[in-house]
Amino acid sequence: MNTELTFDPIRLPPECAALREEVRAFLAEEIEAGTFSPHGGAIDGNFSADFSRKVGARGWIGMTWPKTYGGRERSFLERYVVTEEFRVANAPVRLHFVADRQSGPVILKYGSERVKADILPRICRGEVCFAIGMSEPNSGSDLFAAQTKATRTDGGWLVNGTKVWTSNAHHAHYMIGLFRTSAPTKENRRHGLTQFVVDMKTPGITVNPIYHMAGQHDFNEVAFADAFMPDDHVLGEVDGAWKQATSELAYERSGPERFLETYYVLAELVRVLGETPDTRGAEGVGRLVAELHALRRMSVSVAGMLHAGREPVVEAAIVKDVGTIWEQRLPARARDLAAFVEEDAANRATFEAQLAYATLIAPKLTIQGGTTEILRGIIARGLGLR
Amino acid sequence: MKTRVGNDPMANDSLVAETARRIFTDVCDPQTVNRASDDSWRAPAWAAMEEAGLPLAWVPEALGGGGAGLADGFAVLREAGRSALPLPIAETLIAGWLLARVGIAAPTGAMSCTVRAGRPVVLTRGGRVSGVLKAVPFAKAARHLVLLADREGGGSAVVLMETDRARVSTDLSIAGDPADTVSFEAAPPVAVAETPGDFHDDAMLMGATVRAMQMAGALEAILNLSVAYANERVAFGRPIGKFQAVQQSLARLAGEVAAAIAAVGSAADAIPAAPPFDEGVLLEAASAKIRVGEAAAEGAAIAHQVLGAIGFTQEHVLHRYTRRLWAWRDDFGSESLWAVKLGQLIAAKGADALWPMLATR
Repeated sequence: MNTELTFDPIRLPPECAALREEVRAFLAEEIEAGTFSPHGGAIDGNFSADFSRKVGARGWIGMTWPKTYGGRERSFLERYVVTEEFRVANAPVRLHFVADRQSGPVILKYGSERVKADILPRICRGEVCFAIGMSEPNSGSDLFAAQTKATRTDGGWLVNGTKVWTSNAHHAHYMIGLFRTSAPTKENRRHGLTQFVVDMKTPGITVNPIYHMAGQHDFNEVAFADAFMPDDHVLGEVDGAWKQATSELAYERSGPERFLETYYVLAELVRVLGETPDTRGAEGVGRLVAELHALRRMSVSVAGMLHAGREPVVEAAIVKDVGTIWEQRLPARARDLAAFVEEDAANRATFEAQLAYATLIAPKLTIQGGTTEILRGIIARGLGLR
Repeated sequence: MKTRVGNDPMANDSLVAETARRIFTDVCDPQTVNRASDDSWRAPAWAAMEEAGLPLAWVPEALGGGGAGLADGFAVLREAGRSALPLPIAETLIAGWLLARVGIAAPTGAMSCTVRAGRPVVLTRGGRVSGVLKAVPFAKAARHLVLLADREGGGSAVVLMETDRARVSTDLSIAGDPADTVSFEAAPPVAVAETPGDFHDDAMLMGATVRAMQMAGALEAILNLSVAYANERVAFGRPIGKFQAVQQSLARLAGEVAAAIAAVGSAADAIPAAPPFDEGVLLEAASAKIRVGEAAAEGAAIAHQVLGAIGFTQEHVLHRYTRRLWAWRDDFGSESLWAVKLGQLIAAKGADALWPMLATR
């Protein structure tokens, strides 16, 4: 097996610089107007219907999609700029982010015309929140063990079973659900699962909150009892969901959100250490910044490859693995480096608050969107080891 | 079986890189060098490199060189790293680049250079050079040295020296490569030139990027070696690469190699054809040396663990890479040195300037 991992030194094209300025000006205005605080993600859950609608009005949701469906036909690299600026500013993108990143593209590729025409323009306007219904009580990383069943009925399907760890389900208008439509075959244990667009208002769907260890309501249990899915809500091939997963995952894994979710910890660390840190502080910040710079250059490189129509599956898995490990360690390293900062130093309180929250959510970073172990399995396969 | 990590245009589409790869694999591949009982392979290897114009690639034709672009030279360095080449190709390239910047014609033959801070070499008013330099790579093997000297009475200069004019005592780095002590006593230089303002800083940034590029090449090579070994070595009835514990380790190694390639590829791409270098180049080059140095430590440890006892022998070529990875970390600024420099820059600019700085790269 001949594997080539590629990380060309791709630079964002000039049109991205102008867009970046536009995005920053917008974010500065919104912060000024009190729509959100750059330090406020911990408090409001990053969810704001008002903000998402404004972002939609700017044309920054679904911005790479065809104009027919409300998109702007801009480049994937331009979307990259919007994503990273929003993350760094800690902007409340939760309502539209999943729809923008993955649900929309899946619908665009596999959805029926009616579903596309109905849902995509509303995603672009920032009106629609999506959840991802993959994990189940007995099926997490092992996606193909899913048991929630969709059985044929007149004009559609009846769904029964339970999804779990479903982020946003309590806000979501729709879910992309993975349901069992046939038994797996002897030859292919991945056979028999089908993706559906689920309208969360469908009778028979119950959403129960699961609070996470930082005390917030982010994910949920979603129970289905004879919930009806019309035929045209099937995405792609019945029983063939396993063929549809791979290329989208490269987008999901390699984006800047994979290592910038708690960027504020680094910024506040620099602030709390002051203009003239001691050697230890300077070295620690220098290493963190060097590593972040390397990560961003890897991530931009993968974005450039996706933009060029390539499928850098292994490179994308590497970005998420290396990125999430870096971000997971960030709070501990920041804590060490700030250990000797005076207690009454300016910004100490802000730093401590940010650090506390980042420490609490750090464990999830290497679990969500593909665990470290799964990613390393993908990388090992790419290396020709399995 | 070949696992080639990194395929950027600067490395693989270049004819110069292709030539370098051919020479390094035909004349001085690590296996041959490792088995050699004497140094007789060195002269023909160097002659082949000179024939192809590699050592003076960064010297314009008007000054006696090959006039290749920066990208070509970096591609050669990456290939040199992939072969753990124990010849002063990097030193000669940097020396040529330094000379070209001040308009001194490059001599033929191997060169070495030092650009350390707190330079202990003085150029007297009478135009003589005195001082002791430690850990100069390949000094004895080089015909010429390029140094930064302090001028008596202020200012600094680039001096081109013949090694014949120095007392050289040989020492070895932990890679087993020459890291010699060089003493000049009122020695006459071959040529002298004034240095422009930030010359020393630029030279360090260039040197750091050059070494990091060799290291990235060596890291690619140890990933190849480790994956190939894991696929061949059978234990408990199957290749050890089939065990998840080994797969996870190799995936980690791939991650470190990827980060190294991305960081140094970006830095090499960021170095402008015409200095002086700005803060962006400092961020890129410092990050490359830091990140590649970290990858070297982590990567070498994983490769050795995967190869087990055989990788710990003189006979196996793994040490040709890992010992150089360890040694090269200290050249042209260690991870710590660059991290302090970078951290001080970030602190001085302030927290709110950090992201805008990263985002422009």
